[in-house]
Amino acid sequence: MINLVRNEMLKLLRKKRLYVIVLIIAFLVPLFTYAQFKEIQDQREKLGNQDWRTVLQQEITDTQNRLSSSRIQDEWRKYLKIRLSQQQYYLENDIDPRAPGAPTFMRIFVENSIDLLLPLLVMVIVADLVSSEASGGTIKLLLTRPVKRWRILLSKYLAMLLSVSFIVLSVAVLSYGISGVVFGYGGWNMPLLTGFSVSGDELITDNVHIVPQWQYILMEFGLVWYVCVIVGTLTFMLSVLLRSTAAVMGIMLASLIAGAILANMVSSWESAKYFFMVNLNLTNYVSGMATPIEGMSLGFSMSVLAVWGIAGFIIAFVTFSKRDIY
Amino acid sequence: MSQSPALEVENLTKRIKGKQIIKGVSFTLFPGEVFGFLGPNGAGKTTTIRMIVGLISPTSGTIKIGGRNVRTDFTEAMRHLGCIVENPELYPFLTGWENLEHFAKMDPSIPKSRLQEVITLVGLSNRIHDRVSTYSLGMRQRLGIAQALLGRPKVLILDEPTNGLDPAGIREMREFIRQLAREENLSVLVSSHLLSEIQLMCDRVAIISKGSVIRTDSVQNLLAEQERVIWKAEPLPLAKQLLSEETEVTEGADGTLITLYNEPLLPDWNEKLVKGGVKVKEMRTQLPSLEDLFLEVTGGESID
Repeated sequence: MINLVRNEMLKLLRKKRLYVIVLIIAFLVPLFTYAQFKEIQDQREKLGNQDWRTVLQQEITDTQNRLSSSRIQDEWRKYLKIRLSQQQYYLENDIDPRAPGAPTFMRIFVENSIDLLLPLLVMVIVADLVSSEASGGTIKLLLTRPVKRWRILLSKYLAMLLSVSFIVLSVAVLSYGISGVVFGYGGWNMPLLTGFSVSGDELITDNVHIVPQWQYILMEFGLVWYVCVIVGTLTFMLSVLLRSTAAVMGIMLASLIAGAILANMVSSWESAKYFFMVNLNLTNYVSGMATPIEGMSLGFSMSVLAVWGIAGFIIAFVTFSKRDIY
Repeated sequence: MSQSPALEVENLTKRIKGKQIIKGVSFTLFPGEVFGFLGPNGAGKTTTIRMIVGLISPTSGTIKIGGRNVRTDFTEAMRHLGCIVENPELYPFLTGWENLEHFAKMDPSIPKSRLQEVITLVGLSNRIHDRVSTYSLGMRQRLGIAQALLGRPKVLILDEPTNGLDPAGIREMREFIRQLAREENLSVLVSSHLLSEIQLMCDRVAIISKGSVIRTDSVQNLLAEQERVIWKAEPLPLAKQLLSEETEVTEGADGTLITLYNEPLLPDWNEKLVKGGVKVKEMRTQLPSLEDLFLEVTGGESID
């Protein structure tokens, strides 16, 4: 099996796909770094010549004032306390929350690329993994070896997992490495709030707690990897079913973009939450953004994705082992 | 032919969408034999071959390679088989060497030294480290054969091996196939739609039409029956009259007469014509075209 996976990796490398992916990321990261840099500058200008410590001190006083008010709900009080300790940490440790380091950039970058950019990159690698063998005719040589078909497909699937991991890893390394030039490489221990959940119109802050940024980022990258694997598995299935790589790309592209659009307009169509593409934005649950449809939670989205992924995996393997090849 | 068969195909059928594509094909290949699979395009040659190599599952029937059933014992059966189905499609973005290495790695029983052996055998040593996308069709064909020979198969299956080759390449391929059968005791199954090619390459031939084998025979027998003599003689009516006393004569186009080829009697016929005052200008033997052969064997059924 190791030899089979090695074969698949060799073919992937020779097709220079991974190389292209790295180039795309290496091109995009400086672009976003610059955008982020501009934004920070803009904010600074708005604040005028005020020192950020003064601004932060004002915010802290503000929070303290609200805490001392008697009409405040218990839940809300708890949240404000956590918020207060976060702000105090910034002040004590001399961290400007508006001048983030490379880890913060990294975090924002993956949060924004989890539902479209990264799935697209995964798709570019995976789309022709099987279909190119079918359209190039090499599948005839591949399947007339003394190796069972499911083993050949499994080797391709493992190669897919390796490449997806490689993509996620290069996003991490490149976004950290490149943006650090501008923002500095510090900020791993910056405290962040997580544990928000939304019920109806209410933000539930019961479980909110502070985690250091490195832990937060690790969590988010885990989710990003999970999303990429599921998208990869579905693309893989299409690549088995269809001979044409263009068709595979077309279908995946259409559903990913449809997902991005749907997420903005389906709040009243409840059963749309069972589509895999509206569930891709897993990092939103960590940062506490509102879900597109009521009743969605991290567990729910991960389960929906898992069901889609497992179904895709089974369909791919069953079709591939039984299909007649012409 | 006392050895056990290298490839046995028995009662093979394939039904696709309710249509019977292959209707009970059976044949046997013995070691050291080049077996031709002759039929027009669309007769079911490639479908049959794809079933033998395991790309298509048959609706019914059994295929045994080296005594192993392809359906129940796929891995062992495939170990004895090397094949090129249609064109030798290799990875164009890899070098010849990498292609071979790729396929060799898929069978752990192939030692690394085998690569150099097959490369020398097919004569690709000079260009083996170039990318396949720079290869000519002949070189790809040779690389295709090299990959088929990697696992020291007992059976080699070549689907239209001379397709697209130039005359020199066709001759080279022919000699190479004969040499493999002779020296390595390989059974080779060659499919073709050209009778002339099968005639020069094969020991035995199966003629396939509309999904059935209509005849299996040695090439010599088949040709002996079907070979014709074309006569050019003057005056034509007299020649025809004299010849028809001896054998069946048909009048060909452009003023020729056609009789069966009968080697022992041919000089007598010629003598009779000359004595009868006919000037024989030309006598030549001619292979029937595949079309004629088909009409003959199927008794007037058309190819499609």
